[in-house]
Amino acid sequence: MENFQNILAQIGLDRYNAELIDAIEKTTPADVEKALADKTGYNLQKLTALLSPAADKYLEQMAQKAQQITRQRFGNIIQLYAPLYVSNFCVNSCPYCAFNIKGKFTPSRLTIEQACKEADILAEMGFRHILLVSGEDKKFVTTDYLTVLAAELRKKFSSISIEIYPANQADYEKLFAAGIDGIALYQETYDRDDYKKFHTAGPKADYEYRLETLERAGNAGFRSLGIGFLIGLSDWRMQTLAMAQHADFLMKHYWQSRVSFSFPRMRPAENVNRDMFRYMITDRQLVQMMTALRLCFSDAEIVLSTRENAQFRDNVSKICITRISAGSKTNQGGYTDDSAIEQFEVADARSPAEVSRMLKQAGLEPVWKDWDIAFTG
Amino acid sequence: MNDKLIIAGKEFDSRLFIGTGKFSSNKIMADAIESSGTQMVTVALRRVDIDNPNDNMLAAIDRKKYLLLPNTSGARNADEAVRLARLARAATGIIWLKLEVTPDPYYLLPDPIETLKAAEILVKEGFIVLPYINADPVLAKKLQDAGVATVMPLASPIGSNQGLKTKSAIEIIIAQATVPVVVDAGLGMPSHAAEAMEMGADAVLVNTAIAAAKNPVQMANAFKKAVQAGRQAFLAGGAEVKRQADASSPLTGFLRE
Repeated sequence: MENFQNILAQIGLDRYNAELIDAIEKTTPADVEKALADKTGYNLQKLTALLSPAADKYLEQMAQKAQQITRQRFGNIIQLYAPLYVSNFCVNSCPYCAFNIKGKFTPSRLTIEQACKEADILAEMGFRHILLVSGEDKKFVTTDYLTVLAAELRKKFSSISIEIYPANQADYEKLFAAGIDGIALYQETYDRDDYKKFHTAGPKADYEYRLETLERAGNAGFRSLGIGFLIGLSDWRMQTLAMAQHADFLMKHYWQSRVSFSFPRMRPAENVNRDMFRYMITDRQLVQMMTALRLCFSDAEIVLSTRENAQFRDNVSKICITRISAGSKTNQGGYTDDSAIEQFEVADARSPAEVSRMLKQAGLEPVWKDWDIAFTG
Repeated sequence: MNDKLIIAGKEFDSRLFIGTGKFSSNKIMADAIESSGTQMVTVALRRVDIDNPNDNMLAAIDRKKYLLLPNTSGARNADEAVRLARLARAATGIIWLKLEVTPDPYYLLPDPIETLKAAEILVKEGFIVLPYINADPVLAKKLQDAGVATVMPLASPIGSNQGLKTKSAIEIIIAQATVPVVVDAGLGMPSHAAEAMEMGADAVLVNTAIAAAKNPVQMANAFKKAVQAGRQAFLAGGAEVKRQADASSPLTGFLRE
């Protein structure tokens, strides 16, 4: 089988690539127009043109097309989900995350009972899709813990996803059999040098193992494969190209799973010094990135979290978003008691009901259930 | 004129079935259903709490007027489809089922092998099975042998609005059919639906073309009329389409005495 690492290296997307950056800078309006007229799916040239500075002038046109494709493929609906933070024990020391091992806080993990109490509140709000989030420490969030929790959650939720540490295939098989159908795992940065700089110790220092995580999950049968990079760590245009290449690879090899894109943009967080992040992007650039991806991948899910503020979320929901979180708490136990440390500050604190109302006003049906537990185990 | 569509012994006046996904609200969906004149509405089991009468989507569908046809959208193999069907039946007693087995989440093309496998199991268990299939005449016959109530070949990939791309294969399916043939998926405009009905399809199923239209209620009504027109034309027996004007017997004219 093709190896994704080799593909990235061959194209020159796993390291800073002056040649490619130069090519992006030199994109002409004619190149952008050609890309806009291209109705086939993804190719590197097309996406390069759409991400270029030259494409900025065409942003409204890109948004119009992205909206039209999204409505055609997904309809006038948006699916809602909520994260449930179960543990902030973490063995890594990522300088951009509040849960990093050097942080001055006492880590904790919810018991199954506590997690169920939190989940009950989410079910009460209407959620049927839940995302279990944890720091990366296998000792505390074990496969057994997740399996037991999933068995409880299946009683109230129709889809369970995880955003935890990279696990091995045997564990993913157990998790899938337990009824967990989706996974999100962000590479943080596809640039090996930047990756090394931010991940100096702990299991996360292993770039390759992380890169191949979605393949292990795909082999185990996971239905939804979520990818992304932490926006702010490396050049966003290069990272978007690498992520698109990743999506293309996963879609071809794990053709029975659906790929989703997430856009985690650096947020203020406790114990985190923002000065080290050189590559922050504007709202306009983020919209360019999302719409360029939609023009290349008509059927990929585009996911939006509460890292973004209400005004931004309201507007991009109309363009290309297919899945959105609401009312999120990013600390464990946050739905019952909001005192624990947050992984990052939530920028849209509106309740799920308020977000649902906003979607309806925008002519979109908020969909709480779009999966069924009968599909798994 | 008595021109009823009969599926598994049940009579239908309308030959237009409606899918319920992609609508911008349940209200618009309900209005579009009403305006389409349909009597059969399909609902994805993944989208609803099938055993909850207060489910937002189900509550919007008047079950006295419309036969509810649950579908297994999202199933990627026979096991998943069968499991989903059994649970839905256990919860509601509904035995009608639109069988969809679509392992690829992008084009949502049906898996012929798994669909046949699931159909065989479900028919034996007493379900009324309406399978969504590629326009494959041999598969359509095998499913009929297995005892399905209709076959539902696709016109083009679902949601694509491309119209009747599989026309020649559907012609064969219709010619060989012992059960109603319902053309499903890809019909983007009323003219596509009319074309399918003119060919002799027994019914059509439409979702995206209505749900994603600027005015779904009007579009539903347009489809209603197109399906009626197409059916009437089929019954009327169209004159043969010819590529050129008839020459006056240039080869056999000499036989005239």
